[in-house]
Amino acid sequence: MSILLAILFYLATLFFVVGLLSRITTYARTPAPLKIPTTPAPTTQGGVVLRMVREVVLFESLFKANLWIWSLGWLFHTSLALVIMRHLRYFTDPVWGWVALIQPFGLYAGITMLLGLCGLWARRIFVERIRYISTPSDHLWLVLLIAIASSGLMMQFVTHTDVVSVKSFFIGLMGFNIGQLPTDAPLLLHLLLVIALLALFPISKLLHAPGIFFSPTRNQTDNPREKRHMSGWAKKMESEN
Amino acid sequence: MAEVTAPAYRTIPIIPKLVPGAMEGSGPYIANERIQTDLGFPGKLVDDWHDKAVAKMGDLLQKYRSVAVFMDACVHCGACSDKCHYFIGTADPKNMPVARQDLMRSVYRRYFTWPGKLFPKLVGARDLTREVLDEWYNYFHQCSECRRCSVFCPYGIDTAEITMAAREILAEVGMGAKYSNEIIAKVHKIGNNLGLPGPALADTMEGLEEDVKEDTGIDVRFPIDVKGAEVLLITPSADFFAEPHIDSLIGYAKVFHATGTSWTLSSMSSEAANFGLFIGNYEQLRKVALRIRQAALELGVKRIVVGECGHAWRVAYSFWNTLSGVGDGADPDDKFARMLQQQLDHRYRQPTHICEFTLDMIERGALSFDKSKNDKHIITFHDSCNVSRGSRMGDRPGGQFEIPRSVIKAVANNFVEMDPTTTRESTFCCGGGGGLLTDDLMDLRVKGALPRMEALQQVVDEKGVNFLALICAICKTQFTKVAPYYGFERKMMGGVHQLVSNAIILGDKQ
Repeated sequence: MSILLAILFYLATLFFVVGLLSRITTYARTPAPLKIPTTPAPTTQGGVVLRMVREVVLFESLFKANLWIWSLGWLFHTSLALVIMRHLRYFTDPVWGWVALIQPFGLYAGITMLLGLCGLWARRIFVERIRYISTPSDHLWLVLLIAIASSGLMMQFVTHTDVVSVKSFFIGLMGFNIGQLPTDAPLLLHLLLVIALLALFPISKLLHAPGIFFSPTRNQTDNPREKRHMSGWAKKMESEN
Repeated sequence: MAEVTAPAYRTIPIIPKLVPGAMEGSGPYIANERIQTDLGFPGKLVDDWHDKAVAKMGDLLQKYRSVAVFMDACVHCGACSDKCHYFIGTADPKNMPVARQDLMRSVYRRYFTWPGKLFPKLVGARDLTREVLDEWYNYFHQCSECRRCSVFCPYGIDTAEITMAAREILAEVGMGAKYSNEIIAKVHKIGNNLGLPGPALADTMEGLEEDVKEDTGIDVRFPIDVKGAEVLLITPSADFFAEPHIDSLIGYAKVFHATGTSWTLSSMSSEAANFGLFIGNYEQLRKVALRIRQAALELGVKRIVVGECGHAWRVAYSFWNTLSGVGDGADPDDKFARMLQQQLDHRYRQPTHICEFTLDMIERGALSFDKSKNDKHIITFHDSCNVSRGSRMGDRPGGQFEIPRSVIKAVANNFVEMDPTTTRESTFCCGGGGGLLTDDLMDLRVKGALPRMEALQQVVDEKGVNFLALICAICKTQFTKVAPYYGFERKMMGGVHQLVSNAIILGDKQ
């Protein structure tokens, strides 16, 4: 079982890294021939960085759009960020100081993450417009994340998992030494679902995470009159005439 | 054509209950063979449309980062779902921006992603069938490319980009829309959307000179093809004859006259509108824009000023520099752009919006007004979608909102705002933008105007507003046409420079 999980983890990580890099490369290489920032937009590069930070950290546009989606989505994402940071303790030895520091917040974040996810799913089910646009995979992603969060919380609050062994398994995995992993059900479920998440990430809507950084309506500077903007193929078209 | 009726106002702006299929069969006339071939597109639906459409989609995914990112990034969060004026007016769920994008995204997933190839049902992927193609044609012509959804999307997904891509694919397989394509061909052939030839234009301008003389006793000129003029005015051709557009043209001419600015129109390049934007075709967009470059070079002008037109200002402000070199900041080895940029006077912004021009002159004290001439009007201002969300005026972000308002306040005493959730970056499209200003889409146009008409009704009732000030030729035409369906009078609608024209004191009269 430990060996199987180890292999799956390696494969999933490979899919995740290669898949994500390939999508990011595609986005980066695809030209943006015209200036299309959604205005009013920053007129300087520094302003664009600020806009992107507000967008990524505070979900500024979503805030303007809908307070319900914003609250639930923001709660979920910030909780997830804290949870992921807390999980660094299973991959570092000795544990970094700041990771130890956020440990208690990370635990509560597991609960708020679950709350956020349930709220988002409720919207998907009960709000007519959002139900209309939802595909089966939209629901399944929420189920997957809810299951990951629940199994994780279960290990913390219901059953007991030998986290010391889990940690030594992952530290070993990172040095290509496959050790023994505890075999209690919540842990196995938790890990298998995370494997699925990693492997599916680069071929799914989770690509919104890298995508936002390449979104021309958000990352372009509003200076078309001051600086001539030319992209690859548009430039070529000009020299041909 | 279906009977045209205005939907009832919503008592509070609630989100409509979905009415699936409400606008299913509504599409504009398809371009005939001659119109299509004029632009180099196939005359009718090609036999291998399926393969060609998929190939074209692959091509666009490689040419436009917007399309590549936007196809992947949507999470179906629903933030945009209640933001589109066509959705609000029709309640058809496929007019929700996300659902409109999904018409194409579902096909993208089927042909370009693994999950869509293996488990289409699971991820909402579907084959490109003839029914899907027709659905594209209808619903991608129920989007005015106004970008309101892109303001609210957490990833900045702009449905306009998807609509343009879809229309480009459709044109490429032989399903272009008659309205836009016919007009673009006229610009290529004659120089303006109306197909008004040079001599007729010169006649019209002479007539205007006489009218203004009669009205004011002053010789305000409307020059054409004057070499060595300082300013080349590029304005929508509707300004030459349509009501209320023409009153703004008179306003521009009076501003030029009062400030002693030498200016000219060009008979070869007598159109600010660029419908290449609407059909999403870069080659057409560029070809139309190059006429302005050519006119500027031939006439040797120092400045290019753009009249009241929404999408035209987006094209001028955001794209002209790229397409034709009208602007500043070309690289030293960029001969094409520098040739023109060396001729232009860079003490001024290139291009300049007429509202920027007028306000600059007001701030320099070069213009004086009798504001009481506008006292009969209680004015509110409709932010045009393309100006608001696809361009700027002045030096600071948001200048596109402040500058037209400052012009109005400088020439009139009574100005009020509409509901702030319907103005500035959150403004609603008039309902006729994006190549939909055609009679065969009248039902859609009336329905799409609903959110703006509601906001207008509110200030009419509460503040006695009787004038809706506009800076877009499409807004002007659309509102004068659809407002009567909502019980408003046509003469309520007018241009910002119509107000300028009313109040301006012409120098030699004093």
